[in-house]
Amino acid sequence: MRKITLALSIMISVLTLLLLPGAVAAQGGEPTDDEVNAIAKQLYCPVCENVPLDVCPTQACAQWRGIIRQKLAEGWTEDQIKQYFVDQYGDRVLAAPPARGLNWLVYILPPAVFVIGAYVLVRAVRGWRQPPVTEEFFPISTPEDPYIVRLEQELQNRDR
Amino acid sequence: MIANVGYFSLVLAFLVALYGASAAAYGERHGRLRYIESARHAMLLTWPLVTISALAIIWLLISGQYQIRYVASVTSNSMPAYLKVTALWGGQAGSLVFWSWLMAAFASAVGLRKWQRDRELLPWVIVVTMVTLAFFLGLVILVENPFTRLWLTPDGQQAIALFQPRGATPLIPSDGQGLNPLLRHPGMIIHPPTLYLGFVSFVVPYAFAIAALVTERTDDRWIRITRRWTLIAWLFLSLGLILGGRWAYDVLGWGGYWGWDPVEIAALLPWITGTAFLHSVMVQERKGMLKRWNMILIILTYALVIFGTFLTRSGILSSVHAFAQSAIGPLFFAFIGVTFVVSLSLLIKRWDDLKAENQLGSMVSREALFLYNNLFFMGILVVCFWGVIFPLISELFTGQKVTVGPPFYERANSPLGFGLLLLMAIAPLSVFGRTSWKLLGKALWKPLALSFLVPVFSALRGTTNLGALIGYWVISLITLVTLYEFWRGALARRQRHQESFPVALWKLTSRNRRRYGGYVIHLGVVLMLLGVIGIELFQAETQGALAQGEQLTLDRYTMIYESLTQFDTQDGRNVTRAVVSVYRDGEFVGELYPRQDFYYASQQPMTIPGIRSTLENDFYVLLVGWEPIGLGGATFKIYHNPLVNFLWIGGLILTLGTIIAAWPDREPEPITKLAKKQTVIARP
Repeated sequence: MRKITLALSIMISVLTLLLLPGAVAAQGGEPTDDEVNAIAKQLYCPVCENVPLDVCPTQACAQWRGIIRQKLAEGWTEDQIKQYFVDQYGDRVLAAPPARGLNWLVYILPPAVFVIGAYVLVRAVRGWRQPPVTEEFFPISTPEDPYIVRLEQELQNRDR
Repeated sequence: MIANVGYFSLVLAFLVALYGASAAAYGERHGRLRYIESARHAMLLTWPLVTISALAIIWLLISGQYQIRYVASVTSNSMPAYLKVTALWGGQAGSLVFWSWLMAAFASAVGLRKWQRDRELLPWVIVVTMVTLAFFLGLVILVENPFTRLWLTPDGQQAIALFQPRGATPLIPSDGQGLNPLLRHPGMIIHPPTLYLGFVSFVVPYAFAIAALVTERTDDRWIRITRRWTLIAWLFLSLGLILGGRWAYDVLGWGGYWGWDPVEIAALLPWITGTAFLHSVMVQERKGMLKRWNMILIILTYALVIFGTFLTRSGILSSVHAFAQSAIGPLFFAFIGVTFVVSLSLLIKRWDDLKAENQLGSMVSREALFLYNNLFFMGILVVCFWGVIFPLISELFTGQKVTVGPPFYERANSPLGFGLLLLMAIAPLSVFGRTSWKLLGKALWKPLALSFLVPVFSALRGTTNLGALIGYWVISLITLVTLYEFWRGALARRQRHQESFPVALWKLTSRNRRRYGGYVIHLGVVLMLLGVIGIELFQAETQGALAQGEQLTLDRYTMIYESLTQFDTQDGRNVTRAVVSVYRDGEFVGELYPRQDFYYASQQPMTIPGIRSTLENDFYVLLVGWEPIGLGGATFKIYHNPLVNFLWIGGLILTLGTIIAAWPDREPEPITKLAKKQTVIARP
């Protein structure tokens, strides 16, 4: 049982890590529209629901893009600029929540549910391949070696 | 007058639906056939009643009765007549009426079609459909009434009421606010009805499932009866999603088709459970397994359909406050909660009757692969559902708002989607019962070996993107396996029946429509995947401010900014339209006209792209901004979207496949005859 718990937690952690936002390389230099958009793409203004900043046609978003351009010209890095908007308006400007506090749940829950689901499925599949307890001990119709069937059952009993 | 007729017709439909549900339940419980027959008539009556109400709304919309608040909020004088008709589903109140109208229509269709054959289940089908209908009608009557009018009270205040408040005079605006500009596109005119058709048709299999649980008919009869309903529901839901994507691509002006917006996901959720259901019911039909699981899936699908209907129109997810303030939010959640709990308790009550009749043959048998398929679908469901509701949870517990956007969904869903694709490649080669690894390997190795040719070839030609190479590989494998299935089947037929190959292929498909229709759907999905790979992995974009005559280059395309004009239109827009010339490898290929429409009434800008489409790629130009004085300079954003059109072509093939799979089994015969025949052959 302990082994299974360990395996489950390892799988959950690996899947969680896969989900986390990756590190972003810093940029600098003369700001072109494309450089501004590269950062704007990762930001969401609090007013326009779910429209990334680089394509949002509203005046407010045009101003935000202006701020990005200005900061880039002043030599700020991408992370600094994103942090600036986070400081001003909160985490919601980021496309995905930073992994801290309650936000960890975003990243942990789906892999955890998936792994648990897979575990339940495997158990169920094993259960189906095993004859009901009330009937004969060995399945009559399965052509498998009785030894293997027994082995599997014992393994399963150990898992319980 | 017309508004009153429409309103009372709705009230009547609401009462009739409640009566129908009660009479059916009472008649069934006490064995009183007269009540059941009466309930059936009540169900058949709801459709004409809701139709009268819907027609009343349409008449009010077309004739511009702006005293009616709904009319004033979704239409305006400048809108053409066809848009005024479609404004029926342009706002919350109207779309709820439209939903109810579809529900009443489908319930009637069920009641008319196979009344004799499905007599045992139908009373409970009436209960479920009529309770659902009554809920929606109740919402329309009590909370989101499309017939309320605007009034001016004696103290000069504006009031909204159905009937004249004391001393008030009618307030009749000279013009309405007009339909949301985003909804004036042809794609948006058909997208909501298609989606709603999908949503509402899923209520039918759910109703039969509940009927099976109540009546203890726990065999697969309910699944066989509703197979076509499920397929049709799935088809419309898929079409709704694809049309929505096309609309976003054409109108929203961000160069993409899917943005993982909560509203989009709301429509995707029932599609996920519905697709899982379509696959897992086959296991129940063939092996008598997964009975409980299928029940859970259809119950989930129903809950998500109601959830989706609610989310797509209300925008409620933007914050906890928006939810708490809306009158409709808590009602929806209460309804979803109650139906969910009732359904689950029914399921638990019958849990032991729903035992599997068979054992699992092997870990790679078809039924086992369907199980893995369901696991992956459920994984995607959890990711999407969790992503949609997490912002609310975060706000509720920490007060901190967060955005869960595309990066989360893409990272989480890609491996799960890949798992599904692998299964799509392997499953056709596996059979129900006992497939051994050895047998599967024997069938798989040839297509597997061949499938590596495409990624190797494209790697040699310079593709370095690993994701794309893996994508090409899995696409090749699925295509090869699927075509191999057709080829193998047709060959066997040709030998046995001495038919020519095309005839054998045709007969093979038409005699096993479900199976081969399914394969055609898989081919459609593969083509769509090709489009997704193209746009997700190879989309290129650049933006630049240009003076007239200057150019912007992206990949093999060059765009020259020719001119810019600004003008007002009849329908209340100010249009700023650019003319750009497009060159490919230095050769002139045509002009494009990207534009921005500014809607005066709603003060909303819309960015309409100029698109040059070929099978190979789209060249997509957005007019981002311009200098207001002299219109000399303008800023353009251009995208190069490779392979994107395969997305739409794949959608068409998917539709074709579903039609093949859902095509009626016999040559058209009078329904009554068919019903009689089937009564005879119906399984005990």
